[in-house]
Amino acid sequence: MNKDYWNKPAMGLWERLYIFEVIRGLCITGSVFFGNMWKWLTLRKGALTAYYPEEVRSDYSPNNRGRHVLTQRENGEVQCVSCNMCATVCPAYCIEILSTANFDDVFHPKAPERFEIDYSRCIFCGFCVEACPEDAIRMIKDIPDFPAFDRDTMCAPLDLLLNWRPTRDPAKVYPTQPQNGEVHPWAA
Amino acid sequence: MIQDLLIHLVFMGYAIAFMLGLATLFTWVERKQSAIMADRIGANRCYIRIPFTDIKLVAWGLFHGIADGAKMLLKENFTPTTYDRFCYNLAPWLAAVPVLLVFAVIPFGGTLVPGNLLDIVPFPHLAQPLKDFFGARSYQMQVARLDAGILVVLAISGVGIIGTILAGWSSNNKFSLLGAARAASQMISYEISMGLALISLVVTYGTLDLNEMVRYQSGILYGALPTWGIFMQPLAFLLFLTAAIAENKRVPFDLPECESELVAGYFTEYSAMKMGLFMLSEFIEIVVVSALLVTLFLGGYNLPWLTDAGFAFPNGATWAMPQPAVVLLQVLTFTVKVVLAGCFQIQIRWSLPRFRYDQLMRFGWKFLLPLAALNLVATVFVRWMNL
Repeated sequence: MNKDYWNKPAMGLWERLYIFEVIRGLCITGSVFFGNMWKWLTLRKGALTAYYPEEVRSDYSPNNRGRHVLTQRENGEVQCVSCNMCATVCPAYCIEILSTANFDDVFHPKAPERFEIDYSRCIFCGFCVEACPEDAIRMIKDIPDFPAFDRDTMCAPLDLLLNWRPTRDPAKVYPTQPQNGEVHPWAA
Repeated sequence: MIQDLLIHLVFMGYAIAFMLGLATLFTWVERKQSAIMADRIGANRCYIRIPFTDIKLVAWGLFHGIADGAKMLLKENFTPTTYDRFCYNLAPWLAAVPVLLVFAVIPFGGTLVPGNLLDIVPFPHLAQPLKDFFGARSYQMQVARLDAGILVVLAISGVGIIGTILAGWSSNNKFSLLGAARAASQMISYEISMGLALISLVVTYGTLDLNEMVRYQSGILYGALPTWGIFMQPLAFLLFLTAAIAENKRVPFDLPECESELVAGYFTEYSAMKMGLFMLSEFIEIVVVSALLVTLFLGGYNLPWLTDAGFAFPNGATWAMPQPAVVLLQVLTFTVKVVLAGCFQIQIRWSLPRFRYDQLMRFGWKFLLPLAALNLVATVFVRWMNL
């Protein structure tokens, strides 16, 4: 019955009397309570947790990349050529692209009509950014911020990805569009 | 006659509103206080939207009590296949009703003279009808004025355990039965220390009437301290507090319903408002235990130096107050004391870890009981020697 446990608490008379240790514990919790309460009463925040989504945490890592943007060309067109590489490499299968054709723009005959990222499934691995040959998709220092009661509403459509934080890509230079009558070199 | 009936109906209504209101408040206090103690924000998602606007009244999460009640009332009332449907349905009532009954003998204010209630109003002819109606009748602010009030408290709070045992037994569930068995044994081991602590208190006060006890506590000890039970009987206060929390089945002694071992203990098989009744009776019991603590040890509705006529300070100065102001002050004092005592209980509940079962039994029988007996012997000795 009286087995000796390796982690048997070594209690002296003081701890054994119990009441004094109880008072000490109550003092600890009470001091925390009154400290936090004083902060609340003096209109400061007395908690370590943050309201979500009303409040943004300040302690995200500087390396945090939690949100996608689609970059734009100089003229505001989406830079994506809907090659589907990001959707192919995506381990969570959360990118869906529907292409449209525009043969007037000979350099970019293919463009996305719909480009959707399902943030309820995205694992923020950044593979899509790695895979993109056009530097059309990037990840920025933010959080997805899609609190919703419904999973279907957590998709980010093309408009949002373009306009969330519009990002131009001025480093990329394209040949000018062919003028009237001019023939593209590739077509010759 | 009709006046007596009217006044007592008002008292009853006040007592029930007091208990249910404070119990609902304590569900909020428990959430918020534990949250603030743990550096959290606490429940704040419930709101009432003002119609036709986007303004949401959050009120620090006060509406969570209403949301809880609505949720428990609207939930499916799932009934297990038990062999005793009658006992199963009876148990929540047996748990909740005695808790409500205990408050009947607790005085929540001093002497009320209803005829004088409108004395504050500057126009005497407005106060005259009330004077004519009530005459010079005076009432103790208490639902039931009983000579043996403290015995009634012990007797009725002892009945409450039957509901617990019945719930555990009739649920046809091993967890429930274990919880009920624990509740029963815990109850036996702590009622004795509680009773002994109360007897030493009775010896000190020389009366069983709670009203007389409170009146006794309006005196002055050594010229400065009020003769509150906590100063006359500090050890009995600690013993009673411990036993009362054990009786309440809250955290250091929550073995009958410990979540980590027994799901929810004796009310595992209860759902919807039947479960809500058990929860509510637990929170009402906080109120009742606080009220008992206040009545027996913390001076009841007394403020130091406050009498029915107004303040009488030890240096001889007096400050006469009209009767309605005194009544209001006494009721307010009682309420504030009860709220503070309840907050203290919640502080204990969120500070201490749970006892193991054998520790609990050892603590009850080998520590509290001898201490209570010693306290009683010492009190009797002091009383006998007239020290």
